[in-house]
Order: sequence, then structure tokens, then C-alpha cells
Amino acid sequence: MADTPLLSVSGLSVAFDTPRGTAKAVNGIDFGLDRGEILCLLGESGSGKSVTLRALMRLLPERRSKIGGRVTIEGEDLYALPERRVEDLRGKTVSMVFQDPMLAFDPVYTIGRQIAETILRHEAVSRAEADRRALELLEKVQIPSARRRLDAYPHEMSGGMRQRAMIALALACNPSILLADEPTTALDATVQMQVLLLLRRLQAETGMAVIMVTHDIGVAAETADRVAVMYAGRIVEQGTAAQVLKTPRHPYSVGLFASTVHAGLKHQRLDAIPGAPPDLTALPAGCAFAPRCPRREAACEVAPPPVTATADGRSVVCVSAAALARS
Amino acid sequence: MTMVPHALPPVPDVGGPAQPLLKVDGLTKHFPVRGTGFFAPKLVARAVDGVSFSIAKGETLGVVGESGCGKSTTARLLMRLIEPDAGEMVFDGELVGEELGIRDLRRRMQMVFQDSYASLNPRLIIADSLAFAPTVHGIPHAEAMAAAAELLEQVGLDPKAVLGRYPHQLSGGQRQRINIARALALRPRLVILDEAVSALDKSVEAQVLNLLVDLKRRFDLTYVFISHDLNVVHYIADRAMVMYLGKVVEIGPVDRIYADPRHPYTRALFAARLSSDPERRSVAAALEGDPPNPINPPSGCRFRTRCPLAGEICAAHEPVVTDLGEGHSVACHLADPASGHSEASRHG
Ligand SMILES: Nc1ncnc2c1ncn2[C@@H]1O[C@H](COP(=O)(O)OP(=O)(O)OP(=O)(O)O)[C@@H](O)[C@H]1O
Ligand SMILES: Nc1ncnc2c1ncn2[C@@H]1O[C@H](COP(=O)(O)OP(=O)(O)OP(=O)(O)O)[C@@H](O)[C@H]1O
Ligand SMILES: [Mg+2]
Ligand SMILES: [Mg+2]
Repeated sequence: MADTPLLSVSGLSVAFDTPRGTAKAVNGIDFGLDRGEILCLLGESGSGKSVTLRALMRLLPERRSKIGGRVTIEGEDLYALPERRVEDLRGKTVSMVFQDPMLAFDPVYTIGRQIAETILRHEAVSRAEADRRALELLEKVQIPSARRRLDAYPHEMSGGMRQRAMIALALACNPSILLADEPTTALDATVQMQVLLLLRRLQAETGMAVIMVTHDIGVAAETADRVAVMYAGRIVEQGTAAQVLKTPRHPYSVGLFASTVHAGLKHQRLDAIPGAPPDLTALPAGCAFAPRCPRREAACEVAPPPVTATADGRSVVCVSAAALARS
Repeated sequence: MTMVPHALPPVPDVGGPAQPLLKVDGLTKHFPVRGTGFFAPKLVARAVDGVSFSIAKGETLGVVGESGCGKSTTARLLMRLIEPDAGEMVFDGELVGEELGIRDLRRRMQMVFQDSYASLNPRLIIADSLAFAPTVHGIPHAEAMAAAAELLEQVGLDPKAVLGRYPHQLSGGQRQRINIARALALRPRLVILDEAVSALDKSVEAQVLNLLVDLKRRFDLTYVFISHDLNVVHYIADRAMVMYLGKVVEIGPVDRIYADPRHPYTRALFAARLSSDPERRSVAAALEGDPPNPINPPSGCRFRTRCPLAGEICAAHEPVVTDLGEGHSVACHLADPASGHSEASRHG
């Protein structure tokens, strides 16, 4: 079992039927996730981050979406499993936290009850044992006066507290993979920092693997072991956090980091990327970033660029990076 | 540089460059809120509680603070979209509500919101949205339309491509440019930008920030720039104002505040900025707990319940504003040697 990769994704694609045509939200992405690793999917709005996460839990509307490629979790082919087995996986092997905790909780039950029910659904334990573990979980996510909070309803908690409670719910059955979709985006700066530190600590304690979706370079820098940058449904670049964030290679990552405001830029003109991301119902034949790219050449508009893997373990999907690697 | 053949002439400067464009004194807004339960007591949310500041002509005042601290309520009070419970506003020497009527104030002051849909009527094409306010102010329709096309060029859009479109047919960045054009249609002197770039992607945000810098120079504008993004405020603002639970806790030149924040809350807020270097990560949270509620704010200093340096005096008395020189002031007992805080001299 130790040799089976925890999660592997190859050629994953997702297209939606929409009134305006087929929206190609995810267009052939490959990545793996090791045990205990934190991978950040970093990208702008609409780049396909949330759709990718939902595909990993088989949560996409199967009738309105076309899913291609392969997802294996602990060696099992996710899209070949019967629905019953997938339900078993969700919450137990893979669980998810969202930007909005109200999506995870039912407003009419107390927090404690919902955590205990989740444990009872997946494990053969007594009610009393489930209740005891619910309390332990609330303490673990550092909710003050945890015993009292067991009886609280979701709306009775502050935003930061609810986010912690949702993390407790997601961890209820010790998942080996936690999928976190912008878990701190809606929080205040001071609370965001608390929750990120909490997630980092919990990851280290439990050894679970995490896929963190974010549009915020800071969140990636604070948490990621590896970073994958997404643009128009493709991973354009991936590598260790230091590689990607400190020496980006893909022109989109370079542009994104350069246009992110920081103190050193005062009184200077910002290096904005011109234009806007493409319409997913009418993607160009070649590289989706080519129309905005300062390094565009004729080849970029003909066919999607190849994946160039370099010796230091990073990969870049760009014609000019490919040329660079050959020379 | 093209000059806009503007139907509306710009509002003339009254008091000269030394007179503040806007001076606000003791601005207060308490919202009545309902408690829960049958015998629910009547409560008030002290959203904005005695806020005073002034804005010089041609400067950008950045406003920062966590969710619910009263930034948007302050903006809406400045625009008089809501009536203050107390406080005075003087716009270029004229007392608002007396010497300067609300309608004239709204010509001088305009606002851009975070939600790029919020101020565009979904059933109107862009041309009609842009011409609407000038027409209300008595400009003939044809002139307003010509001015709309000019304004779109000023915000970097192709009038031919967008004038006939509906808001939902445009990207978020395009809609926000249109909102900026709409705000400029009346030739205001002060533009309030309430999280105006916060919903935009980083690559588009940079475009819009560049645009705002250009327009400010071209149209001789003054900005109030509200944002939760400390880096963006540092970049664009000349002065920064930090709010906590309806109060101004610190205000001053942006370079001074960022280099040497004096209020413990400002320090904590800055310490909560995320690192951009994976090899130099944050190790501890600067503050515990969530911001409290403005319905029952703590006595004395409102920050004391989360403040690592709070002393007895902080619960007993509200701190006075201490002038630190060079336009930098802070409302904290630690900065006031006369406050009686046991550590006032060490930190002040
Ligand atoms: N159920 C659906 N039907 C049709 N289109 C969809 C559906 N879900 C997502 N999309 C589209 O797929 C694209 C990718 O969406 P996704 O939610 O993954 O973006 P994201 O990277 O998470 O962006 P954000 O940062 O805004 O959350 C978007 O254009 C979105 O409109
Ligand atoms: N119409 C209203 N009725 C009751 N309470 C209100 C009303 N408008 C605002 N408040 C309250 O006043 C406080 C200040 O709100 P405000 O919107 O000014 O905050 P903000 O600083 O703009 O926050 P954010 O960063 O989330 O935009 C909040 O506690 C809010 O709930
Ligand atoms: Mg998303
Ligand atoms: Mg607001």
C-alpha cells in the first residue's frame, strides 16, 4: 500500500453544457499528491480550481458535465467505483472545507450533533464515543469553551469560529486527503492568519495530505509544499513552492506575480497583464494565454504547448520554456 | 492628452489649496437592531462613533480595518446616502446641509463600489447608464451621450464595443471601468472607492489601479480609497486611516504608519499580512479571537479585549487622540504619557 500514490490525476478534463455552448472548464491536467503533502492550486477566478476539486470528490453534476481522464485515490479508479463506495470515500478518505461554512452545516442541527453524526455514519462506534470525539475535535481546532459550543447552532458562531468548526467536521474521520477551497478568503486578516496556522499545525499532527485552492499568492506561500498555477483550465506550471513563487517560469505566472501590488512598487506604474482571461466556450486552438503573452510566437497559436519537465522536478507548459530547455 | 468636451464644467475650487477639501467632525451613526426573542431589548450597532478626519485637496486617503469596523458606513455617511446621527461635514469651506445642499454635494462627490453590478441598472445599456446622471442634472441627452463616449475612452474602453452592451455582457474589469466612468460623468472633486478593486483578479486589479492613478492626475481628483488590502493601500494612498469598531485608532502619512505603526491594533493588522516567501513564513498569529460586535462594544478602549498590552486604564477610559507630529496621530493610552497606563512611557 505504501507504494501506491495517494492521489493521482491524469488528463483530467471537465466540460459543461451551457446555453452559450460547451464551457471547457478543465482541459487536461496532470498532478499527483503524496502522503503528507500540501499542494496549492493557485489561479484567478474561473481558472478551474473549484471544478478540479469537485471532480476529485465526484461531486460534479454528471448529466450536465463531461468528465474525461483518470483520477485514482489510493489506487482505486474514482470514476469506475459504484456510487455507494464513493459515498464511503467522501468524508472518510477525502473530505472538503469550503469558503462558506454555511454550505457544510445544516442550520437546524447543533455543531456537536453534526460532527457526531458524521462519525457514526462512517464508523462502528457508540453514540457516547462519537460525542466524545466531537468534543475532542472542537478542542483540537481551538474553539474556546468547546464543551459549550457543542450545543451551538451554526448561525450562533462568528465567522472565524464557524470556519474552525467546519475544519473539525472535515477532520472527523481522520481523512488522508483534505480538500480546502479558499478556506480563509472570506475571513478578516487577523482571523485568516489564525486559521492558516491552525491548518498547518493540524496537517503536521495528522500527516494528512492537503490540496489548497487559492487565488492568493500569500496563502500559497504560507502553506504550500508544491504549487500548481492554473490558467483557463490548465496547469501552466508546477513545482515546489519556492521554485514557482520565487522564480516563476511561465509568462502567466511571471505576469501574475509582477502585477501583484507590494510595498516596493510605490510611485511606480504597475506591470499589469493586458487583456482578460479567455471565454471558456471559445478557447483558442493554441495556448490559452497567447493573446495576452509578451513572449508570444507563431507556434503558440497553432497547438497547445507541450509540457516541459526539467531536471529539478518542475514542469512548465510553454513553447518558450520548451525551447529554453532544449538549448 | 485629450480634453473631455464636458457638458458639465468642473466645480471651481473655493478655498484654495491650503483649505481641506473635506473636513469631518464627530461623524456618528448608530443603527437600531433587533435582539432575538420575544422580549428582545432594543439594541444599537455603533457602526460609526465619533469619527473625525480631514482630506487635503489632491490627496488619497486610504481607509483600512477589519470587516464591520465601519468603513462602508463612513463612506455612505460622506455621500449622505444615510443621515448621520451626529457630526458635521465641511466641503471646501461650505457646511454640508447648510451652505452646501445634498444635491450639490453629490455632484462634488461620487462613489464606486466593490460589486461592479451594484450601481449599473441591468436593464439599461451602458450608454444609457452613463448618460443618466448628467441628464438628471440638466444636460441635454445628445451632449450627455457624446460625453459618455469620451469618458469610456478615458477609462481605456472602446466606446463602439461597449456603449450598446448590457452589464452582464462585460467582464468584471470592464464593468468596474464603466463604474469609474459613471462616477466621473458629473466631474466630481472627490471620489470614494469602496473596495473598488477588491473583487478583481490581480492581473486586472493592476490595470485598474494604473487607471485610477492616471485619472486622478488628469481630472485633478481627490480619493478616499477603502480597502482591506494593506499592500494596495500602501501603494496608492498618501495618508492612511485605521478603523476599529467604529472608531479611528490611527491616522497619518502612509509611509510613517507603515514604517512605524503606533497603535497595537495597527501593529497586529500589519503582522497578519501573509508572507510572499515560502521560505519565510509567519510563525504566530498576532491576535487571538474575532473582532467583537459593535452592538455591545467594550468599555474604554474598544480594542482592549484583544490587546496584548491592555492595562486597567484601558477599560476605564476611552483613549484621547495623541498627536505624534507630522500629521500622525493615534488613539491609545500607551502613546499618551498623561494617561496613567503603567507602560505609557515605554511604548509611547
Ligand atoms: N456547473 C457548472 N455549469 C457550467 N459552468 C460551470 C459550472 N461550474 C463551473 N463552471 C464554469 O467553469 C469555470 C471554472 O470554474 P471554477 O469554479 O472552477 O473557477 P475557480 O478557479 O474556482 O474560480 P474562483 O476563484 O472564482 O472560485 C468557470 O467559468 C465557471 O463559470
Ligand atoms: N443598515 C444597517 N443596519 C444595521 N446595522 C448595520 C447597517 N449597516 C451596517 N451595519 C453594521 O454596522 C457595522 C459596520 O458596517 P460597515 O458595512 O460599515 O463595515 P465595513 O467596515 O465596511 O466592513 P466590510 O469590510 O465587511 O465591508 C457592522 O457591524 C454592520 O453589521
Ligand atoms: Mg472557486
Ligand atoms: Mg464595507
